[in-house]
Amino acid sequence: MSMLEIEKLNVWFGHGRDRVDAVKDASFTVARGESFGLVGESGSGKSTILRAISGLAPLWSGRMVVDGLALGKVRPKTFYKTVQMVFQDPYASLHPRHSVDQVLGETLQLHGFKDIDARVVKLLDDVGLGQKFRFRYPHQLSGGQRQRVAIARALAPQPALLLLDEPTSALDVSVQAEILNLLVDLRREHALTYVMVSHDLSVVGHMCERLAVMKGGEIVEVMGVDTLRRMEAKHPYSQSLLAASV
Amino acid sequence: MAEQSLRQWLLTDTPTSRRHAKLSALYHGWLSFRGNTMAMIGLCILLALVAVALFAPLLAPHDPFVQDLGNRLAPLGTDSHVLGTDSLGRDILSRLIYGSRITLYIVALVALIAPVAGLLVGTVSGYAGGWVDVVLMRITDIFLAFPRLVLALAFVAAMGAGIENAVLAISLTAWPPYARIARAETLTIRAADYISAIQLQGAGAMRIITRHIWPLCISSLIVRVTLDMAGIILAAAGLGFLGLGAQPPSPEWGAMISEGRRFILDHWWVATMPGLAIFTVSLAFNLLGDGLRDVLDPKGGE
Repeated sequence: MSMLEIEKLNVWFGHGRDRVDAVKDASFTVARGESFGLVGESGSGKSTILRAISGLAPLWSGRMVVDGLALGKVRPKTFYKTVQMVFQDPYASLHPRHSVDQVLGETLQLHGFKDIDARVVKLLDDVGLGQKFRFRYPHQLSGGQRQRVAIARALAPQPALLLLDEPTSALDVSVQAEILNLLVDLRREHALTYVMVSHDLSVVGHMCERLAVMKGGEIVEVMGVDTLRRMEAKHPYSQSLLAASV
Repeated sequence: MAEQSLRQWLLTDTPTSRRHAKLSALYHGWLSFRGNTMAMIGLCILLALVAVALFAPLLAPHDPFVQDLGNRLAPLGTDSHVLGTDSLGRDILSRLIYGSRITLYIVALVALIAPVAGLLVGTVSGYAGGWVDVVLMRITDIFLAFPRLVLALAFVAAMGAGIENAVLAISLTAWPPYARIARAETLTIRAADYISAIQLQGAGAMRIITRHIWPLCISSLIVRVTLDMAGIILAAAGLGFLGLGAQPPSPEWGAMISEGRRFILDHWWVATMPGLAIFTVSLAFNLLGDGLRDVLDPKGGE
């Protein structure tokens, strides 16, 4: 059974004359345990697909099935135990007045866990942050450390599907590699399914098994990473994207 | 040596417990506040005011209500009446000291009612959006459209004169600007990724507003409140001056000015001394507000 099925997904913003169609008729499926990439230039609608899946983009039509459960307009609370998201900018995704302990503690509390203290310790270990970071505030952390906290928060409810919205594009190159390796390790340890958005083909090539190329809100091609490596994309836009990234 | 290690403990980058992290954050705020001389002066004046109000019976040389018609309108520096006496021979210094209690009472009550009401209306309006936002903001507009003192006057006239009604009237006119500020802050916060992130944990609107939006709005509100305190004291004094606030013989500072007005040409100190008291406390609140803005403004510094 596939982890995620997207069928004829349309997402738009605004009403009437202000309506902007961000995603048009997108369809793809992601198998359980797979890592799937969405690539395309800025504004091609790749992040919008993630926001629609997670429920942050309320105006959509089509069919989305997560773990055998068709999604409606309102997400049940159990949905957030299955699907979690890591945001692009770690400088914006942590509450500036909440310490790491508060962020993780509240998340665990919301998901109804009882042994919060032990779990916070475990989560910090999982993402490679020591206990000394537990009571720090975001301004006392570097960008990479913040993103690790954000990943720990996403892992807290023990999700099956992790949506990664350009998780490394706001970080230094050396830190990018650390975070990507962490994500690879976490996927193996926790048997996670990834849907990863990126504009960096080498990141997607490193992380994913299959990818979809998006342009102007439409998916122009879905291909395996082998195809990407052999530079055998069929669609002219994918070819130009590949040529530009070499 | 022990103090040095306490300082290091407070300034550490690696707090070891929740309490430690909180104290450390507080200490950092205190350090940057202490660097602001003017704000410290304001804080000292206000602490002195609180002390005076607390120990009024010990500090006041006379009973503020005892009249001595033989010794009325005594000038400054008279024996045992440093600031002179008023038209009924009551010691002005003692009345000022007891009046600080009323001033603090008014300030504290208004500071509890108006910003909290404004914060509630503003954040709910900003976070909910849609028709809730429209309804709440139009109500705010209506209150904003009234001239402040006129609305307070109308309310006091309807409810009857007295200190409690004056406080309510001032609060009634003071909350709309807070609601506006809180709403504007909420609009910038609600689209932030960390709000999206907590929504993705299944948090409800109430939790997001109180736990995640309030902490970020409160600092700008506190600053605004301390800057408004001067206006609140003046409004209370104005109501007292018009005879709609504290009633005689209560030693409210505005009412004292009102009484002294009749003799202002021949016996200037009767109205001037309470005026100076109002001026000092208003100034202190303004200085404190300026300092707090530097410390608390989330956009400044970190």
